[in-house]
Amino acid sequence: MTTTDNGVNVQALLDAREALKGAPEAAQFTWRATSKWDKGVHSTTTIKNFYGLGAEQSHKSETVFAADHPEVFAAEDNGITPIEYLLVGLASCLTAGVASVAQNRGIQLNSVTATVEGNHDIRGILGDADVRNGYNDIKVTFNIDADASPEDIEALVAQSQKRSAVFDALTNPTDVTVEVA
Amino acid sequence: MADRVTTVVVGAGHAGLAASHFLRSRAIDHVVLERGEVANSWRTERWDSLRLLTPNWLSRLPGQDYDGPDPDGYMTMTEVIGFIERFSTGAPVRTGVNVERVERTEEGFEVSSSAGDLACRSVIIASGACNVPIVPDFGELGVHQVTPFDYRHPDKLPDGGVLVVGASATGVQLAAELRASGRHVVLSVGEHTRMPRRHRGRDVLWWMHESGVWAQRYDEVEDLERARRLPSPQLAGGADVDLNTLTAAGVELVGRLAAVRDGSALFSGGLRNVCSLADLKANRMLAGFDEWAGISDRVVLEPTRVPGKPRLRLDLRSGEISTIVWATGFRPDYSWLDVPVLDDRGRLRHDGGVTGVPGLYALGLPVLRRRRSTFLHGIEDDARHVVDHLALRLSGTFDQSVSEAR
Repeated sequence: MTTTDNGVNVQALLDAREALKGAPEAAQFTWRATSKWDKGVHSTTTIKNFYGLGAEQSHKSETVFAADHPEVFAAEDNGITPIEYLLVGLASCLTAGVASVAQNRGIQLNSVTATVEGNHDIRGILGDADVRNGYNDIKVTFNIDADASPEDIEALVAQSQKRSAVFDALTNPTDVTVEVA
Repeated sequence: MADRVTTVVVGAGHAGLAASHFLRSRAIDHVVLERGEVANSWRTERWDSLRLLTPNWLSRLPGQDYDGPDPDGYMTMTEVIGFIERFSTGAPVRTGVNVERVERTEEGFEVSSSAGDLACRSVIIASGACNVPIVPDFGELGVHQVTPFDYRHPDKLPDGGVLVVGASATGVQLAAELRASGRHVVLSVGEHTRMPRRHRGRDVLWWMHESGVWAQRYDEVEDLERARRLPSPQLAGGADVDLNTLTAAGVELVGRLAAVRDGSALFSGGLRNVCSLADLKANRMLAGFDEWAGISDRVVLEPTRVPGKPRLRLDLRSGEISTIVWATGFRPDYSWLDVPVLDDRGRLRHDGGVTGVPGLYALGLPVLRRRRSTFLHGIEDDARHVVDHLALRLSGTFDQSVSEAR
């Protein structure tokens, strides 16, 4: 157990959970992104700052994300499609969860690969009122090599979904406000 | 000037009466105040078909075993009431007395009730863990809504389909009963505890009991807060009921009710995972029983069959359903307790039934001292311990003896 090293500081997370019990206001985070239209359906989004633990916080460096649409959409393909960013979020969140839960349970991971497929009927965004705009369904397939039984690995993946922010955000409705400043 | 008594017990259910049993055996002068009649919530807050989840042979109270003709059966509500009534013989119960306020005084507590005030040195809270049904607030929904406190029988609901929200013991039992009455039933399933009624031919509660799982102490439970919040297992007193039997009967499973928007109920897309979690956990539990029994082969439950495309939305205005049954849990009511022992979520802070306020105790809460605490046969150890602690305090030898009592 003590030799397990997936590179996750579980103790810090457990300590944080304990500390936040007495200070729920410090647990309130706001994540921010700023997007700028370039041309056509191409835009550039930057992320640097966020709010949490009662103060303004910053990532070590700014990250820039290009979003566009592929050439089959008659676009220039300067970046991935916005809806693909949801897959990035889901895969990375579940993978982080697998690593954290494995660390906490003393399971050494050797390799973890997640393949995510989102099925999307694009007639919705083209104006067909009977078709949903977003994904119809999403499937995540994990390939995990770890020092654990198949059942323990299944339990890792299940627990990772249970604690995933992005899994929750995709499977449950969220109130969204869009306004013009 | 208020009347005096050494100890006041609030509630004459099985927990309060068990406290009285041990108080009497120690000749500690006390009264049991009961807002209604003995076993009141069993009389007034249960549906008609409900049976106890525990088999009769295991349904015992201090000094009183089941001695009827059907040790492997499960008591009806009438039988439970009779069983508890019999146990109340000799207990100083004052029925029809509603406790309105308990506050601290120099010497202990003042208990204000509909029958006047009482001054006492100690109070045992045995008013139950399930006083108020928890109902999420989604505003006006335009359909009939009931909680398990109001629900009695399928015939009492308006005609039409039913959305049952919650898949613990209550939710699965009511979904099964409503479906059997010929109704269209949609069951909204969040995190739940799957538990087969029988394992290797024996009642699952026999395994819980004999393997020692149920006797595990609260201070040995790894995540006590979680254990105390665990939803009641998908069991019924008698027939098998789980999500697969419900699906086979024609109940439609959907995810956790996440929101109501524009008149539609929106369900979580996470149904498959809550079912996986419950299956894994149930199989682990059975494997634990087998390990204890020295059996090396494993029984693996049929995985929960989740619909290929669980519905994410139900239009509450379409007429598909006429009623929502909220099987979404219960909480205790401490509105009468004017002593600062509640945490920021309104739960009673206690260490195995002993609160931080000298002389104030609790009984009958989930995993109070053992995993079995809220079951009938779980009250004996808990009540004995709490009354021992209370007696030590009264005798003034508390400080030096407390460590031994633990």
